[in-house]
Amino acid sequence: MSSTSGRPSSRSAFVALSVAIFKGFLRDKGAVFFALVFPLMFLVLFGGIFSDQDQSKVDLIQVGDVALVDDLPEGAAEAFADTFEVTTSDDLADALEQVRKGDADVAIEQRGDELVAHYTQTEQVKSAITQGTLRAFVDATNVAQLAAQTGEQPAYSFEAVSVEDDSLTAIQFVTPGLLGWAVAMSASFGAAATLQGWRQSKLLRRLQLSPVSTSTMVGARVAVTIAVALIQMAIFLGLGSVAFGLTLSGSWWMAIPTLVVGTLCFMAIGLLAGAIAKTTEGAVNMANFFVLPMAFLSGSFFPLDAAPAWLRAFSNVLPLKHLNEAMLDVMVRGEGPSAALVPIAVLAAFAIVVTAVAARLFRWDTA
Amino acid sequence: MAAIEVLDLTKTYGELQAVDAVSLEVAEGEFVGILGPNGAGKTTLLEMVEGLRRPDAGTATVLGLPVWPRNADLLPRMGVQLQASAFFERLTAREQLHTFASLYAVPSATADEWLERVGLDDKAGTRVEDLSGGQAQRLSIACALVHDPDVVFLDEPTAALDPQARRNLWDLLSGLNNSGRTVVLTTHYMDEAEVLCDRVAIMDSGRILQVDSPAALIRRLDAPARITVAPGAVGLEEARGIAAVDDVQESVDGVVLTTRDPAHVVARLAERDQLDGVRVQTGTLEDVFLDLTGREYRA
Repeated sequence: MSSTSGRPSSRSAFVALSVAIFKGFLRDKGAVFFALVFPLMFLVLFGGIFSDQDQSKVDLIQVGDVALVDDLPEGAAEAFADTFEVTTSDDLADALEQVRKGDADVAIEQRGDELVAHYTQTEQVKSAITQGTLRAFVDATNVAQLAAQTGEQPAYSFEAVSVEDDSLTAIQFVTPGLLGWAVAMSASFGAAATLQGWRQSKLLRRLQLSPVSTSTMVGARVAVTIAVALIQMAIFLGLGSVAFGLTLSGSWWMAIPTLVVGTLCFMAIGLLAGAIAKTTEGAVNMANFFVLPMAFLSGSFFPLDAAPAWLRAFSNVLPLKHLNEAMLDVMVRGEGPSAALVPIAVLAAFAIVVTAVAARLFRWDTA
Repeated sequence: MAAIEVLDLTKTYGELQAVDAVSLEVAEGEFVGILGPNGAGKTTLLEMVEGLRRPDAGTATVLGLPVWPRNADLLPRMGVQLQASAFFERLTAREQLHTFASLYAVPSATADEWLERVGLDDKAGTRVEDLSGGQAQRLSIACALVHDPDVVFLDEPTAALDPQARRNLWDLLSGLNNSGRTVVLTTHYMDEAEVLCDRVAIMDSGRILQVDSPAALIRRLDAPARITVAPGAVGLEEARGIAAVDDVQESVDGVVLTTRDPAHVVARLAERDQLDGVRVQTGTLEDVFLDLTGREYRA
C-alpha cells in the first residue's frame, strides 16, 4: 500500500495553520474583547473626557456696557473670543439666574472702574479659567493704559500660550500608550493561551507527529499575532483621528516596525507565562499579572512626569515603557524615525532573552 | 516485513517503571490491541512507538524506519489519534479536518469524503467544542486517517463513551485494516479487544504478559465452561451423573454445571428436554487476565 500524500509545502501548511489560529481568535469573544473592545473603551473614555475639557468655551453674559471688553485691543479681543462665548443682556437678575442654573458660566458687569464677575463654584475648571483669564485681561488693560499715560513700554509683558496646542492634547498622549497596552495584552494573552491550550488538548503533540516543522508552527502563531497587532493599530489610529482629532506627526510609520518588535517581545512574555503556568486560565492570569502593572508603570494610562524619580528609573526596565515612548516620539511628538531605533533594539533584546528563558522552561506535556 | 518492530522498550518516570523491556512485532495489515487496566503503561508504550517519547532503552521501528529521533519522511505514513481530543479551538468539524488535510498536502475533497465516512457530514458546520464525545472521537479518527496512512495508532478511541456510542465506533474501526493498513489500538475494554483485534497484547504493570488472538488466549487458558439451566430444570444428583460434568452447584440463577466438554453436556441435557433457560459461558479475556496476574481485572 502506498501513501497518496506526502510532505506538504511548508507554505501551504503555514497558511492553513495561520487561518486556523486566526479564526480561533476571531471566534474567541474574550480574546477579541481584551484585544480591541476593552482598550478602545479606555480610548473613548480618556479621549472623550479630556477633549471635552480643553475644547469647550466659557459661556459669558455681558450685562450692559463693559468698556474693558468693548475696548480691548485687536489681539486681545481675538484671544478673548477664543476663550469666551459672549452674549449680551441688560437684565442683571436674569443673567445671574442663568449662571445659577448652569446655562451660562459667568456674568460680568462694570461698576465704574471695577469689573465684577459673577460665577458659580460648581464648575471648578471653568471658574478657574474665568477668574484667571479675566484678571489677565484687566492687568493687560491696566498696563496698556499706564504705558499710554507715561509713554513708557512696560518692562515685562506676558503672553499665554496653551501647551496643548503645541504638543500633546489628551488624545495625542493616550492613543500611543493605550495602543501599546492593547498590543501587550493581546500578544501575551494569545501566546500564553495557545501554548497552554494546545498542550492541554495534546494538539502540540499531534502537530509534532504531523510532517510540519516546529518553525512553521511558531511562524504561523507569530504571523497571526502581528496581524492582530496591526489591526489594533489601524482601529486605534482610525478611531482616534476620526472621532477625537488625533493628528499624527511625520514619521508615524516608524511605529509599525516598533509595534512589530514590541509584539514579539510580549509574545515572549506570554510564552514564559504559558511555560510556567499549569492551566490555560492560569497562563492568561499570569500574563495579565505581568502586563497590567507594567501598563501603569510604563505610562500607558497617565504620564510618568509627575512620578517620583525612582519610579521613572524603574520604568526603564519595563519593555512596555520603551514601546510607549518610541510610539509617542514618532507618532505625536514629531521626532524623526531614528528616535525609535534604540527602543526597538531594547525590545528585541527583551524578546530574545525572555524567549530563551521560556524555551528552557518549555515542556511538551502538562504532566 | 513487519510493519512495527519493538525491541526491549523501557521507560522509567522516577520510581515508576512505566514500560519494562517490552518487545512486540506487528505484521502489515494486522489489527493489534494493547489491552490493560489504566496505569498499565499502554499510552507510554504507544507514545514511544509513535516517536513522541524517547525511550530510556530499546528501539522501535515503523515500516523499517526508526521512530526516534523525529523522522519527517516517516510521519506522513503514520496516522495518530491521541488520548485527548487534540483539536484547534473553535473551528468547525469541517475546518478542523481541512486544516489537518492541509498539513499533509491532502486536497479538501478527500477531507470531505472522510467527514462522510465517519458520519459527520451533518455536523460539518458544528464547532468541535459542541460535538458529543462520540462525534469528537469520530472526528479525531478522521483527522488521523485523512492522509491515508499505512500505519494507524489509536489511543483509547472509545474511552469515556457510553456503550451505544462505543458500539457505533466499533463499526467504523473494524474495517480499518481491510485495505492492508496496520492498526494498533490501546483499550481497557475486554469486549472491544475481543471484537476488533486480530491479536491482543495483555499488558499490566509496564509489561506485556501474553500476545495472541483472543480465541487462542482463551483456549490456552483451558478454563472449564459453565452451563446454567433454570432452577429445577435438572435434579442435582441427575446432573452429577452426566458424563464429563466435573461439578454441580445450585445458585439463585439456577443449576450450574462445570465441564470441559460443554458440547457433550448440552447434548445430554437436550435429550432429556432439560435445557430450560440454558446459558453457556466459556472463558473470557477477564479469566485470562486473572490467570496471568492473579487478580481481578479492574479497568
